[in-house]
This record gives sequence, structure tokens and C-alpha cells, in this order.
Amino acid sequence: MARAGYMIPMLLGKLTKKPVTVMYPYEKLEPFKDIRAKIKFDTNLCIGCGICARDCPSGACYMVDIPNPVDKKKKTPHFDLDMCTFCGQCDESCPKDAIKLTDEYELAHFKRGELIVK
Amino acid sequence: MAEVTIPIGPIHPALKEPERFMITIEGETVVAADVRIGHIHRGIEKLAESKTYIQNLYLTERICGICSFTHTTNFSQATEEILGIEVPKRGVYLRTIVNELERIHSHLLWIGVAGHEMGFDTLFMYSWDDREIVQDLLEIMTGNRVNYAYNTIGGVRRDMSPEIAQKALKAMDKLEVAMQKYIDIGLNEDTILKRTQGVGVLSPADARRLTAVGPRLRASGIKYDVRKADPHAAYDEVPFEVITSDTHDVHGQYVVRALETLESIKMVRWMVTNLPDGDYRVKTPRKVPEGESFSRTEAPRGEDIHWLVANGTDKPERLKIRAPTYANIANVAFNLKGAHIADVPMIVAGIDPCMGCMDRVIIIDADKKTQTVTDEAGLWKFANDWYANGGKK
Ligand code: SF4
Ligand code: SF4
Repeated sequence: MARAGYMIPMLLGKLTKKPVTVMYPYEKLEPFKDIRAKIKFDTNLCIGCGICARDCPSGACYMVDIPNPVDKKKKTPHFDLDMCTFCGQCDESCPKDAIKLTDEYELAHFKRGELIVK
Repeated sequence: MAEVTIPIGPIHPALKEPERFMITIEGETVVAADVRIGHIHRGIEKLAESKTYIQNLYLTERICGICSFTHTTNFSQATEEILGIEVPKRGVYLRTIVNELERIHSHLLWIGVAGHEMGFDTLFMYSWDDREIVQDLLEIMTGNRVNYAYNTIGGVRRDMSPEIAQKALKAMDKLEVAMQKYIDIGLNEDTILKRTQGVGVLSPADARRLTAVGPRLRASGIKYDVRKADPHAAYDEVPFEVITSDTHDVHGQYVVRALETLESIKMVRWMVTNLPDGDYRVKTPRKVPEGESFSRTEAPRGEDIHWLVANGTDKPERLKIRAPTYANIANVAFNLKGAHIADVPMIVAGIDPCMGCMDRVIIIDADKKTQTVTDEAGLWKFANDWYANGGKK
């Protein structure tokens, strides 16, 4: 049974379709609303409770010995985006809304430690 | 004719994941096949014991990159059962929607991989192109393309707005048109028929004996689907058919997967239109009381099982995972025997293997150069002896 040519309707359909891929970085896709990318942290809202560091699954968020601007006796969290999985759990856990995940997704960099959000 | 044994893997250009297949051939026919697993064992079960329940959500998500959601669903369900928490209806529906979207994307991915393995790369490119529709929808809904971080203990993390619901319905219409084409091609295209018909035939009796699961089992004509047999999430309310095939070969698996995708599209449409109002999550305590629970879901590749033991702290005592590929690997080894060597990739790809999910318990003794897969009793003995000897063998 000659069944060759069964793909032809599909081939023709795809001919008129735009490619799915784009020539990044010359051409960029618009990120969708509410995607999770680079963390924005507001030190002035943080009370140093440490919940974010306790819930972070990858150890990207940790408390450092820098006096917290709000409560001097407490520590401040840092976010090492090299380790971050962008799950947004810290954002969800923070009782003071000090952490936000923005849609800034271009995070390529040259050296370790360049991407620590403080 | 002399027999030749060819080792394929663990590192081999044809394998996407490291696993070792020892294939003995006589001429062009495989006379013996031995599958050695364990090359990408990552110790996830042990790691889970040192992480809190919230952290474990993201850990279990990383068991598999493709069916990540089914693992978090299982883990959340198991935890919710011990906590005695009822997830709000809306949360349950949203969970089920993402589960089905995951099935759609995974099956489209398989159609592409199968196309690639049979030397039909056009199919591979096109099915992955259409897969982008569902990937985009997942990203809009959950915030990420893979490892969605959508499930949480007590529900889901984001609500579905009316705009997203509209987008979902539109995407389903587009996908339905596309899927119809893949079904037509699968049933009629010569390349597919010649490479898959009569390849990897697994009779229903053998499928049962070798504990096949998922599309492999249904392609052997056995009507078994965890979504119907033991409905979790919203599966007891959503109407759908369990697809089976009576050809028992790799072509049957293509047909089962393609038609199942069509079912999933209809299910998503039904759930989005009948989405209940109300909350989509409840607050849960961090500490889980002592208890034990067992949860299973139908992952795109078959039955996925999580067994959780809680000890009253915020970390699990034990988490045991049985991913679908582990149940399916026995029938691959069986099917390889007697096959034509050119059909080996098709048979292996047929079950949609996910080695990373599978590698759980294997004991490798490098000194004695032995590898044994142990049962529970053997493992208990090993563990007790090991501790009794102060950590030495
Ligand atoms: S987004 Fe997730 S991984 Fe990244 S710092 Fe927050 S909790 Fe940790
Ligand atoms: S959870 Fe919020 S308030 Fe608490 S330490 Fe982290 S950023 Fe600061």
C-alpha cells in the first residue's frame, strides 16, 4: 500500500507558520506575566526573622551577620542567585513582603558571587 | 554463528541518560539482553529525610524533569493524608488541570522522541513545535516551563484568573487540531508503521507478569489506569476514557499515547469550564504528626508511588518512591530478547524511559565487582550489619 505523502498536509501547514525559535539575543521574547526570575529584596521591610532562609530548598537564601536595619539584634538574609532555583518559596514565606521575584531573566555573568542579592 | 556481546552505555551517544545495556547478538538478532540500572542514582530518598516538608516539595519535583508535577502531587497528597487536611475543591481541580497538561506535554514529547528514534526527525521537530503551546500555557499558569513549583501542601500556589482560563481553552482548541493530525499520521504514515508494527510485542499475560505500567500496559490491552482504578485529586468527577490497544506493540503505544492526549485535552477543557469557586489552598502546620501514608498517581509514564513515614517533626522519617520506569524496565529487558538489533532503540524508547526517576536502590561493590539489586529483607540485613560493624562491611 503506497502511503507516501501522508505528511504533506502537515508540511504545507508548517510552511506558512513562523518559527518557534527566535534569534536571541538580537531578538527577544516578551516574558509572560508573573514568571519567576531575579529576586528583589527590600532591606527596609525585613525584620530578620529568618523564615526565608529556613524554607529555601536550595540554600540560596541564608542569614549573614549584618545587623538588620529594622532590628539591630537580628541578621539579614542574602540571596545567592547562583544557587537559586527561582521557586519563589522565600517570597511566599516572608511575613513582611520584603522579597519579590521580578521578571528580569537575563542573569548571565562572569564571576561567582556577582549575583548575590543583598 | 558466533555470539557477540555489545555493551551500550552507561555513557553512549545514543543514550540521553546513563544506563547500561548489555546486548548479546547472533547475526542481527538479540539473543540476550541485560539491563543494569543505577548509574544515575542521586540519593534523593535519603536527602528527603534531611529536608523539611516545604523543601521536599521542591526536591521531589526534581526527581524527574518531565513528570515533575506528578511527584509533587504524590508527595503533597501523602503529607495531606497524614495531616488529615482536605484540600479545597478549586485547589484539587487546578492540581488535576496541571497534571493533565503535564501528560499532554509529556506525550507530545514522546511522539517526538519516538520519531527521532525511528529516524523520522520531521515528526520530532513538528511535535515539539506543537508542544510549545502547552509549555507556554504551563508557564503562564504556574510561572515556569519545567519544575513548575505549583503544588504545595494544602493546595496549589497560584489561582487561575479568568484570562488564563480563556487562554487555556484557546490553547486546547489549537492542540486538538494538532493532535488530530498526529493521530492520522500515526495510523497511516509508512515510516511509523514499518518501524513500530510488530516491534516489542508484549502479550497481556507477560505485561501482568512483568509489572508493566502506564501506556505500555494499556498498549498490551489491559485496561488499567490509576486515575480510574484509585481516583485521586478530581479524577472521580472528570469524565474520561481509558485508552487501550490490542496490537500489543510499539505502534499500540503510539496510538494509546496519542488518543490519551486527546482525552487529556477534553479533560482540561471540562475542568476549566467547571472550575469550582472558593479557596485554592489551606494553611498547613509545618510539623507533621506521626503517621504513615501511601499515595499513587498516574504519571504520563505510568503508576507512580510515594510512601511517606512521618515522625512528628518537620522532616520526614522516610520517603520511598517507585517511579514508573522502574516498573517498566523488566519488560524492556524481556522484549529485547529476540528482537532485531535495529529495533532496540524503538523498544527502549517505547516505554518512554526516565532513568533519573528510576534509579533508587542498587548496591555496587567495586572491590568484588558485583552489583546486586536487593529486596527489602536483604536491605534490612545489610543496614543492620553495616551499623553493627560500625559502618564497615
Ligand atoms: S526563590 Fe527559592 S531557591 Fe531562590 S532564594 Fe527563594 S526560596 Fe531559595
Ligand atoms: S522572611 Fe522576610 S522578614 Fe524574615 S528574614 Fe526573610 S526577608 Fe526578612
